[in-house]
Amino acid sequence: MHIIENGNVAAALGVKLCRANVIAAYPITPQTPLTERLSEYVELGQMKAEYIPVESEHSALAVCIAASSAGARTFTATSANGLLYMHEQVQWASGARLPIVMCVVNRAVGAPWNVWNDQQDSISQRDTGWIQIYCSDHQQIIDSVIKAFWLAEKVSIPIMVCYDGYILSHTYMPFDLPEQGKVDAFLPPYKPDYALSPDEPANLNTVTLPDVRTDVKGELAHGYMEIRYLLQEELRTTLMAAAEAEKRFAGIFGRSGDPYIEPYRCDDADYVAVGLGSITYQLRVCVDLLRKEGIKVGIMGVRFYRPFPDVAIANALKGKKGVIVFEKALSYGYEGALASDLKSALYEHLAGTGTLPFVQNFILGIGGREIRTDDLTQALRAATKSRVSKEPTWIGLKL
Amino acid sequence: MGTRNYRRKTSHSENGPGDGGRTGSWRVERPVLDQSLCIPCKRNKEACFICWLFCPEIVISRTIPPKVDLEYCKGCGICAEECPTKAITMVDEAKFSEEDTEKKKDKD
Amino acid sequence: MNKDFIEIRWHGRGGQGAITAAKIVAGAAFVSGYAGVVMAPTFGTERRGAPVMTSLKISKTKIYDLSPIETPDIVVVLDHLLLKEADVTHGLKPGGIIVLNTPMSFESYHFKDYRLATADITAISVEAGLPHGMVNTGIIGSLEKATNLLGIDILIKGIEEEFRTRKPDKNSLAAGIAYKRTVSGG
Repeated sequence: MHIIENGNVAAALGVKLCRANVIAAYPITPQTPLTERLSEYVELGQMKAEYIPVESEHSALAVCIAASSAGARTFTATSANGLLYMHEQVQWASGARLPIVMCVVNRAVGAPWNVWNDQQDSISQRDTGWIQIYCSDHQQIIDSVIKAFWLAEKVSIPIMVCYDGYILSHTYMPFDLPEQGKVDAFLPPYKPDYALSPDEPANLNTVTLPDVRTDVKGELAHGYMEIRYLLQEELRTTLMAAAEAEKRFAGIFGRSGDPYIEPYRCDDADYVAVGLGSITYQLRVCVDLLRKEGIKVGIMGVRFYRPFPDVAIANALKGKKGVIVFEKALSYGYEGALASDLKSALYEHLAGTGTLPFVQNFILGIGGREIRTDDLTQALRAATKSRVSKEPTWIGLKL
Repeated sequence: MGTRNYRRKTSHSENGPGDGGRTGSWRVERPVLDQSLCIPCKRNKEACFICWLFCPEIVISRTIPPKVDLEYCKGCGICAEECPTKAITMVDEAKFSEEDTEKKKDKD
Repeated sequence: MNKDFIEIRWHGRGGQGAITAAKIVAGAAFVSGYAGVVMAPTFGTERRGAPVMTSLKISKTKIYDLSPIETPDIVVVLDHLLLKEADVTHGLKPGGIIVLNTPMSFESYHFKDYRLATADITAISVEAGLPHGMVNTGIIGSLEKATNLLGIDILIKGIEEEFRTRKPDKNSLAAGIAYKRTVSGG
């Protein structure tokens, strides 16, 4: 059944369908309507959950960590400075291997103060050991929330489901609302490997030493390095679990795509535009126009940012003349984070084979700076003539 | 799998002495109980046990009299601090080492 | 006007219900076979009474471009005083339509390049039994009269559905009266 709602409501409906039982969140523009809607569902009895109003985002994630440790299916959401406020807990949640799902409604980070969309908030958290998925429309938002709970619980790693603030969160468009019965079939109740209980008291995430040592039972317990290694290993194998999630989802809901990337007119393309989120859809108008001019260009939307699907990306871009990465964030002091990761994957898999495309990095939309479709088309067209610059070129700057 | 799998991927320790090693060797002072001041001892009844409650290492037993497991007691002194009748005093560990050495000498 | 892809920009004041009006039209368009509808409010800080904009794009195919409307086909103005406060015709395509809630006569306006449709929706809403100032349902009637886009029945149905717990009859009556009385031309 199709409904017309905004992206925040799509996310809230996803959480409701997944029967999350603990929600702890602190409001922040543009996430606020999401948490408000969830609190309404709980208040009206439409969700059997504890909604815990907390005094900060740091507390929100701390509460989720505690609840998840006790075996609850937990959810939180935030944006920008809220995400940064909980950063310490973000690192904690992944190290503690808890399947928390968090929606990040992408917004620019202070300073200076700005409530509009860019992706610096979630991109700045890419090294934390969380899985990161980026959505391009409301169907992807609700579907990704549902897949996220399944995936997180399968691999015991927390997931950020990211979508553009305002552009998606506050914009209304039609999407299919999955049926509860189908979601229940896709996502069984959460059965953790271990849950805190008075019958099985334990210390969680206790101090570890530089070296391994024996535990209470006299067995050699994993030290910090082993625990961190396993997080990395299992993040990498999450790529396979993500493919499994996609297959499973398709079997029950009848729709699917590539789990890692979303290609558009790439097969015979000489040049491929790459991005995260709604901009990859806006680029379709540009690509259709340039194709009419005879320029063979396509788009590769990246869905999974972490773990980084390096093999899938390198395979998709092998032999292309140029890759043009449009980003709403950067690793300050160097270049766009996605561009860097992409170059690294291309180098790793294609160097020396004669199939290495050039990579052009564009930075745009920072702090919600309007991205005019015309300007996008112009930039893309210019990059297909020749590489514009080694360093990132900023589009729409008004110095 | 189950709990064991979880323990592989996280730092997870179960209740009980020994996870930190033989922490009794860390001790500089040792708690000594004066039973004439100890409430459960005087009443011969399960009462008080505040020392057991406050011990951060759970090495004091809930018995009459309360007994300290010297293998793991770190000598933090919280039991002495919290005891309502000041029945526990912290005594320099070195004094006990001397006595033990003396006792050994006698035996030899 | 290209009936396969239409861009409508709504000008109202914070709290006046422009978003709800746009949402009703979006819903009606969707069930009428417009697979692509995208409705976006003003992004950012707002307050009651401040001029706000809502953009509505409707298309026969899915809409991928969510960027702001630059050249609307239609501009809907919920309060004639906004003509002084905001540049409501900015980017309006030549021959584009302005739908305006105003107590002044149709003849008193002179928009050279555009078509105009006016009605005193403020008065019509009161006549329909609504509180003073609730113009967001009446304006839908005017929009349909000016554009003949979706059919008044489907819009009335949408209004009754959206307002099913909040005076659906009075709201749909306002739209119906506005539909009849809107003067359009130009």
